[in-house]
Amino acid sequence: MSFCLKNGFLVDPAAGRFGKLDLIIEDGVVAQVGTDLDSTNCQVFDLEGLYVFPGLVDVHTHLREPGEEEKETIATGARAAAKGGFTSITAMPNTKPPADQSTVINYVLSKAKAEAIVHIYPVGNITKGGKGEEMAELGELAAAGAVAFSDDGASVMNAKTQRAAFEYGKLFDKVFLLHCEDANLARDGSMHEGTVSTRLGLKGIPALAEEIIVARDLQLAEATGARIHICHVSTKRSVELVREAKLRGVKVTAEATPHHLSLIDEDVVGFNTATKVNPPLRSRADREALRRGVMDGTIDLIATDHAPHTREEKLKEYPLAPCGMIGLETALGIILTEFYHTGLLDLPVIVELMSLRPARLLKISGGTLAPGTPADLIVVDPNLKWEVRAEDFASKSCNSPFIGKELTGKNLATMVDGCWVYFDLPSERAQA
Amino acid sequence: MSFTQTRTLGARRHLLGLEDLSAAEINEVLETAIPCKEIIQREIKKLPTLRGRTVVTLFFEPSTRTRISFELAAKWLGADTVNVTVSTSSVQKGENFVDTARTIEALGADFIILRHSMAGAAHLLAEHVKCRVINAGDGAREHPTQALLDIFTLKEKCGRIQGLKVAIVGDISHSRVAMSNIYGLTKLGAKVMVVGPPTLIPKGLTELGVEVEYDLDRALSEVDVVNILRIQLERQQKGLFPSLREYSRLYGLNAERLSKARKDLIVMHPGPTNLGVEITEEAATDSRSVITTQVTNGVAVRMAIFYLLNGGRANDEFLS
Repeated sequence: MSFCLKNGFLVDPAAGRFGKLDLIIEDGVVAQVGTDLDSTNCQVFDLEGLYVFPGLVDVHTHLREPGEEEKETIATGARAAAKGGFTSITAMPNTKPPADQSTVINYVLSKAKAEAIVHIYPVGNITKGGKGEEMAELGELAAAGAVAFSDDGASVMNAKTQRAAFEYGKLFDKVFLLHCEDANLARDGSMHEGTVSTRLGLKGIPALAEEIIVARDLQLAEATGARIHICHVSTKRSVELVREAKLRGVKVTAEATPHHLSLIDEDVVGFNTATKVNPPLRSRADREALRRGVMDGTIDLIATDHAPHTREEKLKEYPLAPCGMIGLETALGIILTEFYHTGLLDLPVIVELMSLRPARLLKISGGTLAPGTPADLIVVDPNLKWEVRAEDFASKSCNSPFIGKELTGKNLATMVDGCWVYFDLPSERAQA
Repeated sequence: MSFTQTRTLGARRHLLGLEDLSAAEINEVLETAIPCKEIIQREIKKLPTLRGRTVVTLFFEPSTRTRISFELAAKWLGADTVNVTVSTSSVQKGENFVDTARTIEALGADFIILRHSMAGAAHLLAEHVKCRVINAGDGAREHPTQALLDIFTLKEKCGRIQGLKVAIVGDISHSRVAMSNIYGLTKLGAKVMVVGPPTLIPKGLTELGVEVEYDLDRALSEVDVVNILRIQLERQQKGLFPSLREYSRLYGLNAERLSKARKDLIVMHPGPTNLGVEITEEAATDSRSVITTQVTNGVAVRMAIFYLLNGGRANDEFLS
């Protein structure tokens, strides 16, 4: 079926388009972009007052399958992605078993093909079992379809192993997605170390735990020439370290999550375990530095670190609850609320942060709606106010600290390869 | 000032900590504890205030004195008491805390007194039960009744809290007693100094208006009161200080140190003491020590808290 999306406002920074432009979608690809296009034989959607973005791309999604299907599956994670406006997401390798072998990559890809309504890109482990000791079969993983390597959830604490992986990994031209956390400094911590952790009596995770490994990995990348990406940057000094390294020419990119850009350690007061996340919600000063990093380009992109956990796992004493929060369905609303409606960022920059640069990082398609590219797109109302409610999540889990909060800006429809996979537009928008 | 203008403790369902209590609420407890103390010195101590009520002490950490103090306070007010001690191992086996708490409530508890090794446990309990919750210590966060009894003891001794300078000595990082004392004392106008090795002083304390001092002798020359905390052996095992011997030399209160201190210094310890480590036997039994008075006052203060949480007012005539 062919579609004509009329009267919407297209935001496609890669193609240099920013304006009221129509799109014709044929055979799953963008056929034409322009004004006064011939919509004969097309189903027409009138998107007056709405925006069309290239589908969002998330480089940091935990889908939990195989092994923890009670939290999320590839199918439910993909539905959450579609609802939130993501057309491509990764599958992080800390599953059970972990994606340290090509069989797991193959499994994820075959489940994705059968059940997922968005594109799924698996990430392979850096080390066997994600244990940080012996290098995984990076070549096998890459050949099976891993788009990147990561031991996310922990750092490869052994610098020798990390260096070897960086050197050996040059054979495959895949980026390393690095979780930076010194295991000894962070051990048993539940939240950011500071006045609030002291007040709450919770063991702190110092900012240093992240910064020391960021510094180490930047040194290792510089020495080996590896292409690295720092996951979920959370502290002021980490932002500075990345900024300095970029000036020296280190091949580094960095991400920040919507939650680290919006929440702080004060939000842990009250012990809502939905606020427990790793790295922890940091201080106000850290959040400001992170925002400045996004605005000056030190932080290249936004990633969700979507990390589902069941109600039972989160219904525990704060120190016992697992770390992580879901993010696919709130990411766009948070970024629009915190950056667009406050005047900090324009829509084209937000599309770069959430679609174009993530796609480029992984060297996958997406990030643009130039003619000839796959029709992965979303229809956004940036001004729609909505309340985050537990019962509305498409994800299998609802561990979100944003429940009950009002966000401004929402995805209304998602198209993947020319098919609507999520559609919440009023029926009168579709013309006969 | 009439009572309707001030929020009283009875308007709360729970006592989770002193951080969110007002000075007026703290004073209400201190005032109510005075007649309670008079009662426990009578030959026949029983009162009918909590008759028909059930008080469950739910302890996830071993503690004898706090549990007995709560039990006696409840019994002397006429309540039935049940003690539940849950070993940490059953928590590790996956027994869900909220489930345990709901079960105890369903069995008919009116008050749950909770002791737990994890910060925030009292909040979690209060969120999931309808009965009243008294925090008897949650991890390193707060131990409000201990601080209230410490403050009551000080007020009894000095006649005031305003303007006093109190040093809390020892492992501040892991001490709920220290945190509750900091909140309570500063709210009533005292100055608080914490003393200990830098590895046992938590981050950001000065932002709470607390002075940090590393030298015990210097601290002793400046303060009216010294509250010595118990040092736990496991802290040394975690590498936060090299040995108990060295700790004792730097931060132990002994006769020599006391001989140089002022004659009207007040020495406190929340117990149980490691005699010979953070305090010597000689120092603990010095005439300036109020350690056993603290224990007695603990029952009075807990009676006052039960009474107020049950809906009583500070100047009611129940005690006459």
